[in-house]
Amino acid sequence: MRERAMVPEPEFESYYGRQIIKTPTWKTPDVPLYLFLGGLAGASALLAEGAAITGRPGLERVTRVAATTGAAAGTVALVHDLGRPERFLKMLRVFKVTSPLSVGSFILAPFSGLSAAALASNLTGRLPRLGRLAGLGAAALGPPLASYTAALIANTAVPAWHDAHRELPLIFVGSGASAAGGVALVATPVAENGPARLMAIAGAGIEITAAELLKRRLGMVAEPYQRGRPGLLMKTARAMTAASVALTVVAGRSRALCALAGASYVTASALTRFGVFEAGLASAKDPKYTVVPQRQRLEQRKAETAAST
Amino acid sequence: MSHSLFGPLTDVQGDAGYEAHPPRMGFFTDTSVCIGCKACEVACKEWNEVPEDGIALSGMSYDNSRTLGADTWRHVAFIEKPLNPTTTDLGLPGMGPPGWQNGDGSPGHGDQGAASGEAGVRWLMSSDVCKHCTHAACLDVCPTGSLFRTEFGTVVVQPDICNGCGYCVPACPYGVIDLREDDGRAFKCTLCYDRLKDGQQPACAQACPTESIQYGEVSELRERARLRVAELHEQGVDVARLYGADPGDGVGGDGAFFLLLDEPEVYGLPPDPVVTTRDLGSIWRSVGAAAATLLAVGIGSFLGSRR
Repeated sequence: MRERAMVPEPEFESYYGRQIIKTPTWKTPDVPLYLFLGGLAGASALLAEGAAITGRPGLERVTRVAATTGAAAGTVALVHDLGRPERFLKMLRVFKVTSPLSVGSFILAPFSGLSAAALASNLTGRLPRLGRLAGLGAAALGPPLASYTAALIANTAVPAWHDAHRELPLIFVGSGASAAGGVALVATPVAENGPARLMAIAGAGIEITAAELLKRRLGMVAEPYQRGRPGLLMKTARAMTAASVALTVVAGRSRALCALAGASYVTASALTRFGVFEAGLASAKDPKYTVVPQRQRLEQRKAETAAST
Repeated sequence: MSHSLFGPLTDVQGDAGYEAHPPRMGFFTDTSVCIGCKACEVACKEWNEVPEDGIALSGMSYDNSRTLGADTWRHVAFIEKPLNPTTTDLGLPGMGPPGWQNGDGSPGHGDQGAASGEAGVRWLMSSDVCKHCTHAACLDVCPTGSLFRTEFGTVVVQPDICNGCGYCVPACPYGVIDLREDDGRAFKCTLCYDRLKDGQQPACAQACPTESIQYGEVSELRERARLRVAELHEQGVDVARLYGADPGDGVGGDGAFFLLLDEPEVYGLPPDPVVTTRDLGSIWRSVGAAAATLLAVGIGSFLGSRR
């Protein structure tokens, strides 16, 4: 059966069909990859500290490695994306709460240092108390690191990102939690991977629910999440996330099935980030998503003024 | 409420931290007298040494610079629309070959207000520019402080600080600022900051032969614009309206605003732009709630799998 549009395509005027806002200049894969790695690293730091407290050395080692390499690779991707990479330190020149990129730099920089220190201590066995203190610091910065990237893209004029600012942070922490749980499932002995399973399942549930809420609340502005390449990425991610949850439940004590489920979580999380990123680019390129909602807003305001006089 | 992020703001420079400062300066672009000569584009490029922005014909109209960008700080839009018989002749030069006539045999104007005739087209021309918003999203989201508010209330990029992060590009609700490809940094109109400091007017305004581009104190320009709209309405040009002149709009009013003869989107302008930082509180609250959720998931994952 062919899909039929339930709502007719809205009519609107434009300047020779040209887009109004600029397409983000952020590069693929740099920025979507960073969105993914930030989530993975942030949630991994939480798992690491939990593992340290509850005495799961295998899980602790794996998640400290994930937190540190995730943050380091993410930083490389971010710096590589700059038009003037040699000036990356200019990011720390000022602190601006109106700029999530500024706030994020002051989360990412200490997180990277603290998680690396915790890992170094864990690997060498030296300065164990300082190592744990660093790990605790990284765990405290983990949730902000995994969620601020939603503010980063939402605080723009891109309709599919800006209008989704309530749901995107939940999608991102859900995606980050399932990625961190996934990496741990791949590399941790079954005896210690209980928390990783729970985190991955919870993350998957949050991500799928929040994405559904986004679609319902945004209406036509959410179209880019459902159409074309970003739509395919989002659908594939959702199907893989759901499949990963089912696999986790039936995996039992099978190391191979756990690893398979883990790899599937990680892939799905990355696909979600690329899908969200590309949906934003698509919504910037089509003047429809800028003009139609704004025009509706104006008409509504006009009707309200007319009604009140 | 301070209105630092959204809403009307009477002292833009004061809000940015200036104690004593000159009045807020800006542009009033009256598109009803624009003749599309592009002198503004040329003067801007010459004065500011803006690089070439692609020597190619767009094929869509006489507009070959297409849009504002890192290398186009003034952009003259050309719009061709079927003649609207209700509009009034402003007596402006039009298009068409010599001796071209309207459908009814009257001499052809084909201009932005020519009356009658179904065969003709109506031309709209408008010189677009950075709006120098009261609440400038580009400035708010810039993580380096490269974008700043000048003592004249304008918004300017400092090229020696910009690291090319590109955050300002999707933040602008008008699609003005962009990264220069071979350079990596962001560029846009400075409202000729260097000329203003010397008490001169911006290059585009000085070059404009019809005073379509008017430079001056924003408060005075707003008053002048209101009078001009009233004058046009009196002449029967009901389609004349101001764009960006209202301090109560989504960006707190523009430092560079326009008189248009059609809906904003016809000119490639957003009909109701809103600065993204209006929702900053809601954005950070949502992030905080999500971070707390993740922390709870983390703690729950360990509590739920006790051995």
